[in-house]
Amino acid sequence: MNTHYGIYGGQYIAETLMPTLKELERQYLLAKEDASFHAEMDDLLRHYIGRESPLYFAKRLTEYCGGAQIFLKREDLNHTGAHKVNNTLGQVLLARRMGCKRLIAETGAGMHGVATATMAALFGMPCEVFMGAVDVERQAPNVERMECLGTTVRSITEGSATLKDAMNAAIREWTATAPETFYVIGTVAGPYPYPMMVKDFQSVIGHEARRQCLEQTGKLPDEVIACVGGGSNAIGIFAGFENDTSVRLTGVEAGGEGVATGNHAASINGGKVGVLHGAKTYLLQRPDGQVTPTYSVSAGLDYPGVGPEHAYWADLGKAHYEVINDDEAIHAFDLLCRLEGIIPALESSHAVAQALKSAPQRPKTDVIIVNLSGRGDKDMENIREWKKHHR
Amino acid sequence: MNRIESIFSRCHAENHAALIIFAEAGYPDLKQSEQDIDTAIENGADIIELGIPFSDPMADGPVISAAGQTAIEHGATLVNILEMAARIRQKHPETGLVLFSYFNVMYNYGLEALCAELQRIGVDGILAVDLPLEERDELLAPCRAHDLHLIPLVSPATSAERAHAIVQDITGFVYYVSVRGITGARAAMPPELAKNLAQLREISPVPVVVGFGIASRDSAHIVASCADGVVVGSAFVSACAQPGQAAALVRELRAGCVRENS
Repeated sequence: MNTHYGIYGGQYIAETLMPTLKELERQYLLAKEDASFHAEMDDLLRHYIGRESPLYFAKRLTEYCGGAQIFLKREDLNHTGAHKVNNTLGQVLLARRMGCKRLIAETGAGMHGVATATMAALFGMPCEVFMGAVDVERQAPNVERMECLGTTVRSITEGSATLKDAMNAAIREWTATAPETFYVIGTVAGPYPYPMMVKDFQSVIGHEARRQCLEQTGKLPDEVIACVGGGSNAIGIFAGFENDTSVRLTGVEAGGEGVATGNHAASINGGKVGVLHGAKTYLLQRPDGQVTPTYSVSAGLDYPGVGPEHAYWADLGKAHYEVINDDEAIHAFDLLCRLEGIIPALESSHAVAQALKSAPQRPKTDVIIVNLSGRGDKDMENIREWKKHHR
Repeated sequence: MNRIESIFSRCHAENHAALIIFAEAGYPDLKQSEQDIDTAIENGADIIELGIPFSDPMADGPVISAAGQTAIEHGATLVNILEMAARIRQKHPETGLVLFSYFNVMYNYGLEALCAELQRIGVDGILAVDLPLEERDELLAPCRAHDLHLIPLVSPATSAERAHAIVQDITGFVYYVSVRGITGARAAMPPELAKNLAQLREISPVPVVVGFGIASRDSAHIVASCADGVVVGSAFVSACAQPGQAAALVRELRAGCVRENS
């Protein structure tokens, strides 16, 4: 198998983990061809997670923008409240198949942690989630949810105490405890085969959205917009349209206080090529190769790297990567709440904000799909704090 | 005979394992770190692994991780560490010097430029913790062009077949990781160590050294009986934090490296 996407991706990881990665690839490729694996997954996707998720025409938001019709792919309606669970279900089914006894995961906003904790409870497996101390604080409700579900949350204080440090800690734990422990990675980053595997599990979003769009509008969308931290919800929805050259694929990176200020998390727009967490990709780093702390109001986008396939697509021009700053995301959040009665996650609000820019410039016959990757209940405290400091 | 070969051949003749000290370059600061490395060499270290601090040291335990963070905060960069390496080379022409790092720091410097500079300084080799067999070609080519050893890692998780592929055409030495896990002192050496090492030494064209977990004269002695070299990292980095401790530790470890008459 090719483990790279152009120059990106690969397996930049300690030798101790290489046999585990090889076995993971072998077992995943077998599972992928196994109808019983898919049957179990499809059953749970439908009856436990509640798929398929609706493709919803946001009429009032569309009228407000006065241009293209905006549709929302409602991943926020999944069990656990985000797209993350599509992937954790797949990985945990694989972990069981491989006979792994224990799960670990990293989490930023806590949505992947909650989704992994949920699967751990469902299958009766012990689970530990690594979370940066800063995130433990700003995403407290998700910490409580994980603990309710029986998962142990390990607060990581080293480095910038955010997602990248949580991932370092999880990789260390994995190095010491694989292959008995299965590492459930939450995004399309990490060493191969994770970027491929996570994309496959998330591509259900894109395949559904494509079919739903054809059914509801009689045509393909003109643009598909999704936020990009590591990039799993984006690659998942893009996967449904990657062979449709007429569809513009737009990823939205977190601009924080603006790329020019240095306080942002826009790896593609503001970074350069490097190697972190097992993959070569665009990375926010100092000129001497030290990875820099990132900033975004949205914890789920606060990551210095990006999935290697996104890096590749950015170079190819196969997808386009824009930047939305904190204030624009918060504005989009408010609008969606008031116009549609939908409280979006701050991460997804970045994608909504991009649609607010794009829709008015398009004719009314155009169709835009926004991947509404998660719900915003977890962000209430954050948004209140942000508004307090920016009014 | 290159410098690394000479070192192992001298150690063999003197009936002791080579003592390899890992120092976190720039910890606690550049000046002190250079003195600590001088101390290690003067007290018996045969090879110095010059650890380049990295913001995200995924393979390191708490001691080396924290030391790296301090070093970065105190201004250590690959550029000023290379300047230090040049001074160490001037002072200690016979000591082995190996750059030990995560790949990103080297990649950013430029692999060709780095290898050319290391050759100019007189560094003997490179070890990249997160560059397994599958990815190493991009560094192996400039290493070869500049007469540098690319030191590979083999772990208890590595199969015999894979170990063979890793070591078959390399130069310098092979670094065997004693345990599945990250760096850091451990109470005991794993029981299967001697058996695993015997197998690896049989297929390896170059000496085999062992690291991870070795912290005392006793553990060094156990490893010295079944390996060509003993690597000590976290214990040395811890000792560097306390005045006078580094010299005493290295002397103890050096004594542990002496083999019983065979």
